[in-house]
Amino acid sequence: MKIIKLLMLSVAILFLIFAQNNLDPYTVSILNNIAIFGILALSYNLINGVAGQFSLEPNGFVAIGAYVTALLILPASSKIDMFALEDPAPIILAMHTSFLPALLMSGIVAAVLAFILSIPVFRVRGDYLAIVTLGFGFIIRIFAMNQTKYTNGAMGLNDIPDNANLLWTGGIIIVTFIVMLNVIYSKYGRAMKAVRDDEDAATAMGINTFWIKTYAFMTSAFFEGVGGGLMASLLTTISPDQFTFLLTFQLLIIIVLGGLGSMSGTLIGAVLVMGGTEWLRFLDQNMDIFGYNTGAHPGLRMVVFSILLIIMMLFARRGIFGNKELTDMFKRGKK
Amino acid sequence: MILELKNITMQFGGITAIDDLNFGVKTGEIYGLIGPNGAGKTTLFNIVTGNYTQTKGTVVFNHEELSGVKPNEIVLRGIARTFQNIRLFKSMSVLENVLIGFHHQANYTYFESILRLPRHFSNEKKIKKEAMILLEKFGIADLADTNSSSLSYGNQRKVEIARALATNPRLLLLDEPAAGMNPSETEDLSNIIKKIKTEFGLTILLIEHDMKFVNQMCDKVLVLDYGEQIFEGKPSDAIVDEKVVAAYLGDFEHA
Repeated sequence: MKIIKLLMLSVAILFLIFAQNNLDPYTVSILNNIAIFGILALSYNLINGVAGQFSLEPNGFVAIGAYVTALLILPASSKIDMFALEDPAPIILAMHTSFLPALLMSGIVAAVLAFILSIPVFRVRGDYLAIVTLGFGFIIRIFAMNQTKYTNGAMGLNDIPDNANLLWTGGIIIVTFIVMLNVIYSKYGRAMKAVRDDEDAATAMGINTFWIKTYAFMTSAFFEGVGGGLMASLLTTISPDQFTFLLTFQLLIIIVLGGLGSMSGTLIGAVLVMGGTEWLRFLDQNMDIFGYNTGAHPGLRMVVFSILLIIMMLFARRGIFGNKELTDMFKRGKK
Repeated sequence: MILELKNITMQFGGITAIDDLNFGVKTGEIYGLIGPNGAGKTTLFNIVTGNYTQTKGTVVFNHEELSGVKPNEIVLRGIARTFQNIRLFKSMSVLENVLIGFHHQANYTYFESILRLPRHFSNEKKIKKEAMILLEKFGIADLADTNSSSLSYGNQRKVEIARALATNPRLLLLDEPAAGMNPSETEDLSNIIKKIKTEFGLTILLIEHDMKFVNQMCDKVLVLDYGEQIFEGKPSDAIVDEKVVAAYLGDFEHA
């Protein structure tokens, strides 16, 4: 079993190196997109799928991660040039690191915020939790809009050094995947699932449900922050408008499609959703069907994509993988 | 006395669910709690386990007062419970359900499990072994990998009790363990309860409607009616007590 894991890992790494050096930029950009949304969806699935806490805040943590990384890797000179609305705060000018510490910092800031947030948030359950966390996402965006001293407001940040490439995004999605599985297959992951299934029964087993939820929330926020940092460096430009609720919604589609609580399902969901929307792009263009020109219908691909999603959800109510992992399926096959 | 309840009163708004109740459970006893529906039996369980905070009175467990102690901490002090309507973790296997009970006996931190350090493996191995031993005692070791929701009712009840035992309790609270079981399953269950009681040195407080089961199992019973204690003593005496009969069947003389 260990050999198979190592083999899969080395195949994945070889593929990343090959893809980075040999594939055309368009394909690489799609793969990057898949990897980043994969990272975000994997971490979102820990709190939403595994721990069963229906929260809607990832856009907030991704925004924090993106801004922290961007501000840390931008040189002071370009910050001065860029901040048009107000001069940057001294602390913004002073902070500068290389890429890896910046990403780690993004994750840590997001995780610390998640901890602070968990104190009020986990006093409520279910629908109320969704509303409270939704509010957090809004607050972050409004903060980014209005604190021009720190974030350059609605103008956003440009010319962010493009340190990220497929090796970074691919490497980090592998790390995220392994960490998530390690969490799930430990006593903490079991406790998270117990909280999801029946919170009162989990308490009756001596589990401190607040801490278990907070662990899941902080881990989730850490990787969402890192993912946000990667996104900033990859796009080289960020603005508050990128981090609306639509981002959360996209992640939600990925994890529901892949299966709430299934990490391997999430990877497949990310490929299908992010790859699928690209692949269906031909629908937006002129098409010849049996010699009849349909004309261009911009937006048709999203219509088709939505219909495909509906069909998929009708046939696989609990997502493609349910809450099982790929390895669980192998086990069942053996029996 | 392992558990003592002194002057317990519980009010929900204007309704008094339990009215000035006093009783104690001796170490090693099987103590029955009976009474018609709505008498306040489950409310009493929820007070002992810390899910409800009583309006008045004190609960003393093992010479320590339990007021203000959180439900999950009460478990760690040695009180485990089962639920009236079985509440297993439905997405998990039988083994995983029992492993949840062993949560605090596995000593590794969150980071140790993320980095898969040796302590993670050694502890997981240890609690899995203990969980299997526990399942064997209940005769359901072969069902370890089965999903808990696909078990028969009787087996689900066994898993729930096994899970509670995994927390290493000194006092076990069973809320209607025999409910919904056929006579042979009930027989099987009472044998298991007796067996684990001696083996683990347990004290058991149980709620039950099946009087045959209560008669067979309990050393002592307390009869509740509308939150008030109407009888305490031997189960065989309870069924002939006038007040108890009146509570269950209605008061013929004054009707």
